[in-house]
Amino acid sequence: MIKTDILIIGAGPTGLFTVFEAGLLQLKCHLIDALPQAGGQCSEIYPKKPIYDIPGFPEVLAGDLVNNLMEQIKPFQPGFTLGERANTIEKLDDGTFIVTTNKGTKHHAPVVAIAGGLGSFEPRKPLIDNIKAFEDKGIEYFIKDPEMYRDKKVLIAGGGDSALDWSIFLADIASEVTLVHRRNEFRGALDSVEKVQNLKNLGKIKLVTPAEVVSVLGAEKLEGVVIQKSGDNAEEIIKEVDHFIPLFGLSPKLGPIGDWGLEIEKNAIKVDTFDYQTNIPGIYAIGDVNTYPGKLKLILCGFHEATLMCQSAYQRIYPEKKYVMKYTTVGGISGFDGSKKEAPKAVVKAID
Amino acid sequence: MSDIKIKITDREGIVHEVDAPTDMNMNLMEIVRSYELAPEGTIGICGGMAMCASCQCYVASDHELPPMSDDEDAMLAEAFNVKDNSRLGCQIHMTEDLEGLEVELAPES
Repeated sequence: MIKTDILIIGAGPTGLFTVFEAGLLQLKCHLIDALPQAGGQCSEIYPKKPIYDIPGFPEVLAGDLVNNLMEQIKPFQPGFTLGERANTIEKLDDGTFIVTTNKGTKHHAPVVAIAGGLGSFEPRKPLIDNIKAFEDKGIEYFIKDPEMYRDKKVLIAGGGDSALDWSIFLADIASEVTLVHRRNEFRGALDSVEKVQNLKNLGKIKLVTPAEVVSVLGAEKLEGVVIQKSGDNAEEIIKEVDHFIPLFGLSPKLGPIGDWGLEIEKNAIKVDTFDYQTNIPGIYAIGDVNTYPGKLKLILCGFHEATLMCQSAYQRIYPEKKYVMKYTTVGGISGFDGSKKEAPKAVVKAID
Repeated sequence: MSDIKIKITDREGIVHEVDAPTDMNMNLMEIVRSYELAPEGTIGICGGMAMCASCQCYVASDHELPPMSDDEDAMLAEAFNVKDNSRLGCQIHMTEDLEGLEVELAPES
């Protein structure tokens, strides 16, 4: 059981900054995120895109913003449960919560802050009738353990970076890699496109374009797929494969959080703007996942919400204590790792 | 500059005739959101960067639309339910030339 003061669901910019504000109050944080890395949308969808409305940053790349936040919160030693989705929440008699992920990891905290953005990112599944029947029986939407593809026949579908990168990676592991894409053109880092071209020339990757997997075949497990080739050489190809990996990107879904008994409006969680608490005391919602009159889904608003939320969380955890806000310039930052940052003291010296 | 009238068929098949301002730097995805013709969180997820295809629509009228950027083209190559007349709403800016535009929202994916 992972124990912490504030359990943050969602490791996007708002969730990450919560660690900093909580840290100033000497509260420890742990974050859960369905993605394998921190940063939320900023890392997953648009790491190379600039943002212009972060105060104090005339321009910052989304990926750099995440790196900066990770650096900023480092002294407060946040814990991470990545690649797992928060599934269920249980309120104990003492008012604390246990949140369990889809993989069974349990987290115990007196305060839960949902900073879930638009929801957890789920793979976008191709529209093939019986695809569900073969999930984890030859069809995988994520590659968790590349070793499971050793000496297997693998077919990857998709035209983005992940389809390219995994084709390259698996070319050395699998006995056969086929890459299917609806276009002849790929959208990915130039370097990856060139690598795939080389591997294709060497016969290590079979490229089938423009084409689409239209059905999947097999009895107990996946045995093959039907590829519909379009364009001038339109034909249907039946291809024997052990694994089919569709990589069509991710799309966010509110998911299980929607069933936690929270008041939901327009796919977002309703909160009180006094402290961004939900209708369940002790559960807060901050950033893009919440809604209130006048709500704007901006990173900078998420930062503000996180800051006020932490004050309320502090009062909930220590109802008997009185806290007076201190500027970081005055109080400095005392990390849980023993580090200390503070403003240099002025030199007092007489001038002769 | 004035408003133009456009016809948007939502995902339930209901046709809405709405006024779209041409002087507010708005795109079709934002028009759909401003009239709440699709639930929040199911359209415009990436905010209009041509990076999620949640605003995919089928253009039913024969208006001349701005050409597709490489980003839009590549995104549509990976989206589902794509037809020959598919476009991303976020890449269609409201201009007076689009008076009478008719579009249908693609299914949520």
